[in-house]
Amino acid sequence: MEKIKKGIRLDHISKIYQDPKTGKDFYAVHDTSLTIEPGTFVTLLGPSGCGKTTTLRMIAGFESPDEGEIYLGDEAINALTPNKRDTAMVFQSYALLPHYNVFDNVAYGLKLRKVPKDEIHRRVMHILDLVELTGMESRMTNQLSGGQQQRVALARALVIEPSVLLFDEPLSNLDAKLRVSMRTEIRRIQQEVGITAVYVTHDQSEAMALSDKIIIMSKGVVEQMGTPEEIYYHPKNEFVADFIGEANFLKGTMTDADGEYVTLNIEGTPSRVLGREGMEPGKEYTVVLRPESAVLSDEGGLPCKVVLSRFMGSYQNYHVMVGDTLVKLTEYDPKNRRIYAVGENCFLAYQPNAVHIL
Amino acid sequence: MARSQGAMLDRKKLLADPVMVTTIVVLIAFLTLFILYPLAILLVDSFVGDGGLSFGVFKRIFQMPTFTRAITNTLKVGVLVGVLSALIGLLFAYVEVYVRVGKFVGGLFKVVSMLPVVSPPFVLSLSMIMLFGKAGIITRFLLGIYDNSVYGYWGIVVVQTLTFFPVCYMMLKGLLKNIDPSLEEAARDMGASRWKVFSNVTLPLLLPGLGNAFLVTFIESIADFANPMLIGGSYDTLATTIYLQITGAYDKAGAAAMAVVLLCITLLMFAVQKYYLEAKTAATLTGKASRARMLIEDRSVKTPLTVLCAVAALFVIMMYICVPIGAFFPTWGYKFFPLTGKWFKLIFTRYHGFQAFRDSFLLSLISAPITALLSMIISYLVVKRKFRSKGFIEAVSMLAMAVPGTVLGVGYIRGFSGGLFHSGVLQGLYGTGLILIIVFVVRSLPTGTRSGISALRQIDKSIEESAYDMGADSFKVFMTVTLPLIKDSFLSGLVTAFVRSITAISAIILLVTPQFLLITVQINEFAEKGSYSLACAFATILIVITYGAVLLMNLFMNRFGTSKKIKED
Repeated sequence: MEKIKKGIRLDHISKIYQDPKTGKDFYAVHDTSLTIEPGTFVTLLGPSGCGKTTTLRMIAGFESPDEGEIYLGDEAINALTPNKRDTAMVFQSYALLPHYNVFDNVAYGLKLRKVPKDEIHRRVMHILDLVELTGMESRMTNQLSGGQQQRVALARALVIEPSVLLFDEPLSNLDAKLRVSMRTEIRRIQQEVGITAVYVTHDQSEAMALSDKIIIMSKGVVEQMGTPEEIYYHPKNEFVADFIGEANFLKGTMTDADGEYVTLNIEGTPSRVLGREGMEPGKEYTVVLRPESAVLSDEGGLPCKVVLSRFMGSYQNYHVMVGDTLVKLTEYDPKNRRIYAVGENCFLAYQPNAVHIL
Repeated sequence: MARSQGAMLDRKKLLADPVMVTTIVVLIAFLTLFILYPLAILLVDSFVGDGGLSFGVFKRIFQMPTFTRAITNTLKVGVLVGVLSALIGLLFAYVEVYVRVGKFVGGLFKVVSMLPVVSPPFVLSLSMIMLFGKAGIITRFLLGIYDNSVYGYWGIVVVQTLTFFPVCYMMLKGLLKNIDPSLEEAARDMGASRWKVFSNVTLPLLLPGLGNAFLVTFIESIADFANPMLIGGSYDTLATTIYLQITGAYDKAGAAAMAVVLLCITLLMFAVQKYYLEAKTAATLTGKASRARMLIEDRSVKTPLTVLCAVAALFVIMMYICVPIGAFFPTWGYKFFPLTGKWFKLIFTRYHGFQAFRDSFLLSLISAPITALLSMIISYLVVKRKFRSKGFIEAVSMLAMAVPGTVLGVGYIRGFSGGLFHSGVLQGLYGTGLILIIVFVVRSLPTGTRSGISALRQIDKSIEESAYDMGADSFKVFMTVTLPLIKDSFLSGLVTAFVRSITAISAIILLVTPQFLLITVQINEFAEKGSYSLACAFATILIVITYGAVLLMNLFMNRFGTSKKIKED
């Protein structure tokens, strides 16, 4: 598949819908600009109704943006119909043509492009080999398992060699185990083909496992775009921090700074943490603390009281009160640790660079 | 916030698809010309006289006692028929869904639900006259009553009720099946008797649905032309009065105004039914049955209900069988044996039976595929695509459902006999076979569209989107994906359109010219003259054709219908 890879650029894209109940217009997607580099795997992640699917459907051409322009490579594609766009979509419901067998489903796009018969055969067989469905060509689609149907859908999208592959929550109809193995599969095939891929999901672990870059959306706006690590360790705001993984939020007023580090007064106790650019003494900041980044100890740290202590197998789950703030913790390998009981007073300890200041 | 760019882009994308644009334009032109325009011309003609805008024509018709009486007559018939049909329909539906019945009764139910599909108009009226009339088999020969009259109010009510209750039965059956059995089980569990469950739970849930069934039947009843024509005697309804106003009094303007009145009544009822009751029905009965219902086996309930239904079903079936048998009686009403084929022979030798058969058959055969294809295209556009004029297309094709055939017939006379707006343009159309075909298409379009829409709604939208995304244009998507997926619906639409066309009478009787002989018109003519044997013979031919068509369809569906398999998946 030697083809010039193309990226996608959204330039101030908006989509307005009408609320069916109130009749009022609202932004499903609002003033979104982003650049997807050629050959990368990018995930649009967010809760339902955040505009991720609308964004994907605008890229595919099913919806038309009310503001802004979409570019595929350098070409503006706003006015192109889906059948004229160099994109191929894998649908949530697979959307296989039920009256065709596997071969004809995969060959459908090639036939429309009037590719010679022997070449169709060669290319379909090659793709079926890639998605590991060799020997299934003459099966009807309703004789396939969910995972196999998903592979056919993927093969059908890949075989027409589009510049961009679009995925609309393709794994949400599969059971949990299959979902995990299919996402490894999708990533492998994307890497092998080297194609640009845009993937919509509400499942954060799926996003983590698949993506070069994750775009977090909420209420029609992009909250943050970055690598999985950036998103997890350096969330831009409380929404992102809370949406990806679990997060505790502590409030603290800055009292002092030394070099990269600052001292925050959290619930009456000074705590030394890694600062960030542009912090000012006297101001209040929110600190993000991941449940696995802190431990309970007998001395040193923020004084706290245990309100819940639960054995979960691979970890011990705690809820502790730091002043008036509830903090959730997970301590792994509980067998070799001291277990704190409900009602015990102890201290919450963490490394200065284990927190992230918003 | 402005949605203008999105709308502009949607328009551009649409225009990039010439087949689609052409289809939409042609459709809009067709619907406007053959549904909206004939109705509009009725309004224009009844308000615009020689001296400009006036209510003169309306004043005149409302001063005719025949017309005002026809209005009361029509409403009186409609209300009673609506109530009776809904009740009998409810009985049948309840027994089918709630009571465990034997194989035989179950079979009867199937036959009853099939009857309205294959039954030509007049049939029940003919058998009514034959069984209960002055020379009726039952009244005169079994009971010895010599002066029983079936003509008039009660005749129409009985015949229409028997004709329309199967429709109510089918509608209510669907609704009852949607009631979650656990609701009723919960009531039973809390100590309610079976009757209490029915009156406190089932009936209230079903009430909007019953209202819906009533209104649908009411509309059918007041639009019905064939039965009042045959069995009404001097008891005229609106449909027959309008017909007589044209064919007897040659008062086209008066007929147009009367048609407007009839149209207003049906449109009003249709609007109530469509926008008020249908929404309410959907709101109360959204639940899917969570599991199978425990059928009633209690004899004290089962026996009376089953017997009641079986008797009613057998009675209806007997009425239908009467007509073909009556066609073989040597002399109607006097001599029943030995059975003879002489009436059929007479039809084909003296009364142009072959020509009637050929004309009816050919015209219907041509219009059926047009109707089926058109209704599938409309359904596709309505369900799967978005564009500006979609609302118009949907509304007008549904509007056709509320237009009584007689009204449409008058509209066509006024609209096309003198050309468009009486200007002479397109005048050549009037009196041709083409306009008959168009009437057939328009009359069957709503049924086909409705079944197409419900078939398409069951198909995941993304299947077509995926084909579109793979590079197919609208035409390719429709031909390679949509049509194959709704093959069953298309086939049944084809047959329904054929059957409806070949049995059509109300609009067509006003438009047919002497060069075409149609079976239904022949039946009407001979029945009017009192030649019931000939009418029965013609009706028998019609029944054979329609039944054959339905059989053929079932055969085809079993052999080639793949979409059932797909849906089950």
